[in-house]
Amino acid sequence: MTGPHVEKFIVPIGPQHPALKEPAHFEFTVDGETVTSASVRFGYVHRGLEKGAENRNWAQALYLLERVCGICSHAHSTVYSLGVERLAGVTAPPRAQAIRQILLELERIHSHMLWVGVAAHEAGFDTLFMYSWRDRETVMDILESFTGNRVNYSANVLGGVKYDLGPAQADSILSGLDYLEKRLHYYMKVVNNDESFLGRTRGVGTMTTEEAENLGAIGPVVRASGVSRDLRVDAPYLLYADFPINVITATAGDLQARFVVRIQELFESTRNIRALVEHLPEGELAVRFPRKVRAGETVSRIEAPRGGLFYFIKSDGGENPFRVKVRTPSLRNFMSVIVGAVGHQLADIPMILSGIDPCFSCNDRTVIVRREGRDGSAAPSESDSRKDSSS
Amino acid sequence: MSDVPAGLPKAWTKMLEGLKNWSRIYSPWAIHFNSGSCNGCDIEILATLTPRYDVERFGIKLQGSPRHADVLICTGPVTLQARDRLKRVYDQMPDPKFVIAVGSCATSGGVFQGCYNVVGGIDQVIPVNAFIPGCPPRPEAIIDGVVKLLGSLQQKKVAEKTG
Ligand code: SF4
Repeated sequence: MTGPHVEKFIVPIGPQHPALKEPAHFEFTVDGETVTSASVRFGYVHRGLEKGAENRNWAQALYLLERVCGICSHAHSTVYSLGVERLAGVTAPPRAQAIRQILLELERIHSHMLWVGVAAHEAGFDTLFMYSWRDRETVMDILESFTGNRVNYSANVLGGVKYDLGPAQADSILSGLDYLEKRLHYYMKVVNNDESFLGRTRGVGTMTTEEAENLGAIGPVVRASGVSRDLRVDAPYLLYADFPINVITATAGDLQARFVVRIQELFESTRNIRALVEHLPEGELAVRFPRKVRAGETVSRIEAPRGGLFYFIKSDGGENPFRVKVRTPSLRNFMSVIVGAVGHQLADIPMILSGIDPCFSCNDRTVIVRREGRDGSAAPSESDSRKDSSS
Repeated sequence: MSDVPAGLPKAWTKMLEGLKNWSRIYSPWAIHFNSGSCNGCDIEILATLTPRYDVERFGIKLQGSPRHADVLICTGPVTLQARDRLKRVYDQMPDPKFVIAVGSCATSGGVFQGCYNVVGGIDQVIPVNAFIPGCPPRPEAIIDGVVKLLGSLQQKKVAEKTG
């Protein structure tokens, strides 16, 4: 910190702010242009979903939980279905599992392309924003022709899926992917070579491997810092054991590395979807699912576009879930923004924030962070210790 | 419409009013507020700005500040936390202002009805001019809703002229 004459300001951002697509409140203390501390307050989109799920039956809760987040809706409904099916001792038929996996990867494509656009917009590169959103419509078309809806596909039912993949759809998926791959090569070129873009991304928001581990980062963020962590490989679910993906990592840990990791992941996704479409197992789409689920508890995890998504589901043998606990990846990545923002220029903050691909609607649930036994480096912000009336 | 200075000749006032109405109908500036949505509606609103749909060709522009906006586009059910903010954003907008509720949630609370932190639809808190149902509505539906709202303003204008 500099001399005593420099005034310090607190810059509040949000909950309604042009740079934020969703409501959250940030406070950055600045010394001149440099950020000296940051805090965040969530909760504007807290709707009480976990409690809401307890008041619905097993099938109704599926549609509620799908709407935790509109961007990774299929990830939420899949992780819930997998958990509840395990509790009930039911396994979805292989064809249903393959279709679920295809949709998960399509969703990853739509989510990452959405992110490329939004992050490019924050960097002041609106051309890339428009390009990537235009190309994203290809995958939206595929999703729509497949399930009838562009967002919130509700393709899952407990015990399987609703929609079959016919030859016509398979063709449209394959030709759509051809186009997307061509475009992805172009994006790769832009994020690696465009000088003005590199000025906004290279060396910004850098997180070393150690910091990433300490701050509990997850998903593409931690993979861009050189940690190979991906539930699709570490704890395969659905058909990921038979149709594996390669974990993409980078070592730089800055924003540019995150761009590269996410775009390369898309190549993996397209490869995976191709393999699945070409070797789609035959058989039923769904099996019968009981109305009541026998008592027990389970943990269900999958790799959502933003990182590991974790559900804890408990049944007391009734028609409703007894408890559903959701832990979403964005929340784990926020610590890296709060800590990483310090020392940066205020103008870099929107970029650093969008670097983790934040999603507030899935963030807004309670976390209780225990302070004991932790060193102060990642001191939890005040909002982390809110009490939840539903717990 | 009190922001035309008082004391002007009547013909001038009328002309200024006409000018304001004309610009409002042909180029409404909108602001987007998310009061608890799942994000689905928000990405579809963003999609309306991008090349395939491109609402800017109709003169519709998404604005950052409520003080510059004519139309408030709301998504999501209203949560207890966001309720006061929503009211505040609405109060900050200059008159006359219009509210569009996008999505089933904004219309009625949708799938989140009965959750303890949800008040209900947007119309529980502020008056709404147009509802666009769907979960989420397609970008075409959102554009259609905005155009219908503008059309109703046009009719009002015609009615004012003839009446
Ligand atoms: S209407 Fe549907 S897509 Fe829109 S906010 Fe509500 S749940 Fe999400």
